[in-house]
Amino acid sequence: MTVTGERLRTGRGLGTSAARPDGVPKVSGTFGFSSDLHADGMVWGHVLRSPHPSARILGVDIGPALAMAGVHAVLTADDVPGTNGFGLEHADQPVFARDVVRFTGEAVAAVAADHPDTARRAAQAIVVHYEPVEPVVDPEAAIVAAPIHPDGNVFRHLVIRHGDIAAEGDVVVEGTYEVGMQDQAFMGPESGLAVPDDVGGVDLYMSTQWLHVDRDQVADCLGLAPEQVRLTLAGVGGAFGAREDVSMQVHICLLALHTGRPVKMVFSREESFLGHVHRHPARMHYRHHATRDGRLVKVEARMLLDGGAYASTSGPVLVNACCFAAGPYHVPNALIEGWAVRTNNPPCGAMRGFGAVQACFGHESQMDRLAAELGLDPVELRLRNAMRTGDCIPTGQVVSGAAPVAELIRTCAAAPLPALDPAPSPMSMPGGSGRAADAGRVRRGVGFAVGFKNLMYSAGFDDFSTARVRLDEGVATVTCAAAEVGQGFVTLAQQIVRDVLGVDEVVVAPAETMTIGSAGSTSASRQTWMSGGAVQGAALAVRARLEAGQTGPIEETYEHHHPPTFPLDDNGQGNAHVSYVFAAHRAVVDVDLDLGLVRVVEIATSQDVGRVLNPVQVVGQIEGGIAQGVGLAVMEEIVLDRGLVRNASFTDYLIPTALDMPTVTVAALIEEPEPGAPFGAKGVGEPPTISSSAAVAAAIRAATGLALPRIPVRPQDIALA
Amino acid sequence: MPAAAAPVALPESVDEVLQALADEPEAMILAGGTDLMVEVNAGRRRPVSVVSLTRVRELAGWSRDGDEVVLGACLTYADMERGPLAALVPALGQAARTIGSPQIRAAATIGGNLGTASPAGDTLPVLAALDAVVETAGPQGSRRLLVGDFVTGVKQTALLPGEIVTAVRVPLRRGRQEFLKVGTRNAMVISVVMVAVVVDLDGRTVRAGLGSVAPRPVRARSAEAFAAEHADWRRGAVASPDVVARFGQLCAEATSPIDDHRSTADYRRRAVAVCASRALARVLPPEGVHGDGGPSDE
Repeated sequence: MTVTGERLRTGRGLGTSAARPDGVPKVSGTFGFSSDLHADGMVWGHVLRSPHPSARILGVDIGPALAMAGVHAVLTADDVPGTNGFGLEHADQPVFARDVVRFTGEAVAAVAADHPDTARRAAQAIVVHYEPVEPVVDPEAAIVAAPIHPDGNVFRHLVIRHGDIAAEGDVVVEGTYEVGMQDQAFMGPESGLAVPDDVGGVDLYMSTQWLHVDRDQVADCLGLAPEQVRLTLAGVGGAFGAREDVSMQVHICLLALHTGRPVKMVFSREESFLGHVHRHPARMHYRHHATRDGRLVKVEARMLLDGGAYASTSGPVLVNACCFAAGPYHVPNALIEGWAVRTNNPPCGAMRGFGAVQACFGHESQMDRLAAELGLDPVELRLRNAMRTGDCIPTGQVVSGAAPVAELIRTCAAAPLPALDPAPSPMSMPGGSGRAADAGRVRRGVGFAVGFKNLMYSAGFDDFSTARVRLDEGVATVTCAAAEVGQGFVTLAQQIVRDVLGVDEVVVAPAETMTIGSAGSTSASRQTWMSGGAVQGAALAVRARLEAGQTGPIEETYEHHHPPTFPLDDNGQGNAHVSYVFAAHRAVVDVDLDLGLVRVVEIATSQDVGRVLNPVQVVGQIEGGIAQGVGLAVMEEIVLDRGLVRNASFTDYLIPTALDMPTVTVAALIEEPEPGAPFGAKGVGEPPTISSSAAVAAAIRAATGLALPRIPVRPQDIALA
Repeated sequence: MPAAAAPVALPESVDEVLQALADEPEAMILAGGTDLMVEVNAGRRRPVSVVSLTRVRELAGWSRDGDEVVLGACLTYADMERGPLAALVPALGQAARTIGSPQIRAAATIGGNLGTASPAGDTLPVLAALDAVVETAGPQGSRRLLVGDFVTGVKQTALLPGEIVTAVRVPLRRGRQEFLKVGTRNAMVISVVMVAVVVDLDGRTVRAGLGSVAPRPVRARSAEAFAAEHADWRRGAVASPDVVARFGQLCAEATSPIDDHRSTADYRRRAVAVCASRALARVLPPEGVHGDGGPSDE
């Protein structure tokens, strides 16, 4: 996919493909990532993690580690001065486990030493006496199992009752679907540097997604006032949700305060897999009721999410899975029940798509099943039920903004199909370089899917953003704590200020917590709307003073809030969301029927974007999101064996390579301005992942004729069916 | 993260290598580093010292010796995947092209693949099928072992203390060769199953090496015998569809695969049968059909 013609508008303001300020440094290797941090006199931290998914801790002997040359500190739960717990929603995860460990990889102790390998060996020298306990690894069983945490095993139970829940359709289709545990698999492992000050506080340099909430959690665990923890964003090598939760932040700050030295930590790839949350595995049971002419009458769904050992964002992920369980369709009646439960599996939390990905695989699988039952074309069935502005989702909330679902479906379905290669080379067949495919046993399939989700946080959360713009001698400086994780906010901030103030030179200052308020998290496709809105507000305020004749430096700070939202009531009803975003995907796959190998040939997509603010960045998000969607469909899964992670490496956790990436055809970017959104623009980061996996699964079904109720679809699911 | 500094010896001849190993019996051998450094970076190995082979000229490159090619232990996959060597031993070139990324193939060596002796070692089924001979050097002199005898178990070899692999002698066979590998990704993937099938027109034999389906590379002897018996050698080496199917089954029966995080035993058996049949159909194409596999030997 390349951006051509009118889309490649040159210039540097909004609507142009203005170049990223961090683009050349990143591709030329001079960009400073958090793993490159250095401070004179620094020592290295390492965390000792539980090898058991569930065990009692009978004793911890740190003596052998302390006795090693080069070791500066060994800390356990006894050394946490504040709350020994953190978490985005509930502080239920200990900084260090004290009496019990609840998942493989849980932190038990931390070491600081003069060399990373010394730190690693010292951590291994700590003697922990574990008494293993039979782990609870089945989420269904966890609902009724003995509590594995004082807060119980149910993070959230939610029922949505919408319309007439007793309604029946002429036609009923039913299905059970499963989604495996996907990992965000960013390239830059967790890393950070904590530098103690002389008065009990600490400066923390960290790759993260939400600076102020990190700061607050760290301060609470350290027993410090928030302003004693000063956080500066360090270069982030990808995030996708996995940096929303605290990973090493508290540990390195504790070590720094104990040793009085700067402490650096970099996770190995294995630690990274063990040390951050994953996408929730899901089991979903659906029953769709429809009329004979293909109008949805009612959707029943039961969504079960495995949240793993600690809460993280399991509650909001479940809310999303349930709110979007019926898909972007006009659904007059619905009964949706959701459970997010605690198990001894690795904790799950935020990942691109946040609950909507799992739901989309469920509802789109059902729409295909319904189309088959009715003898209707799957695209036609979706068109007949496409949501429009003024429809409501099952929570009773009216979709008041842009909802160009039918247009997305039509434009995506109308894209020309890729030609069949009459003489395919091995590299263009399933299995690629392995040369295993046989052209005579390869079948092509086409699948279609539509998905949607919310923009911004929901259910009463005021996730505002703050920005400051200073204009001094023709140079504008933007200060905002929005985490640049690769999405391009730094580019957008420059584009906005150039447009509003008519200046050319715009400097984006480092994101930090010392001089500016929260920007909220870089997640929920929200930074363009929220921090883009804050930058616009501050820049407009500066312009107003300019227009009033003020001279000299001008500085304005602006806090941008979205309209208030509300929690769901006991029937799952309420205006919980700010805005929605939609996308459609059509996948073309080639499948070797005997080996079950899949090559994704092409993904065509149409996306609801409100307004294109930077064409290259929009297409970049689409291509990247599709890569993750393809990965979930055919290869990406954390493989668990009784709570143990079997593939915590890039050797065995497979993500698509360039040779697995399909051609991406952007059939249409629908620019229907979103009321209330700054510039009319919607976030674009998540929709590409939401329905692309479902489209690929549908295409594999079309090629094989198999039901394939689970993603990722494994070769054995096809070859041994 | 780097491990604590370990001294690295940089010998320039095999004799110097052996001396360095005699001086430091615990030393680890480094060639391409694509296995060793993964282990070091993961903290699973902490070398107290390292003997690097990168400056030993006699271990680099390859040469032809009569009806054999002699592959130096430090021959890289990049050297194998194209050019004259790939034309002489097509299955080796095909195997080399499945390994890692271009960067990995530029560094990783055939001696390393043998020394690591992983069940998933990509060149091992090819070397086993060809009855390649591993040459070693050590304090007691040099030895020659068939690949099948060199690899003794999962990541186990017949190397004695102080011994290194110096070369692999690969017999040249007149006839088609095929290497097929199944993994869940189009490139850069550890194999789930590998099948190498080689025809020897002069010896009128068919040879099958299987990988990732047992602790060591497997030769499917009964499948080989069946194929040799049922091939029509006079009409240019052809096999009927029935023979192709039966050959696949016999190859699958020669395996002892396991369930692991990469796949299942049942799938591996199925994939071996499918790949072996396809490989045989490519090397012994039904009459009138030109196989899409290795170079024609006519």
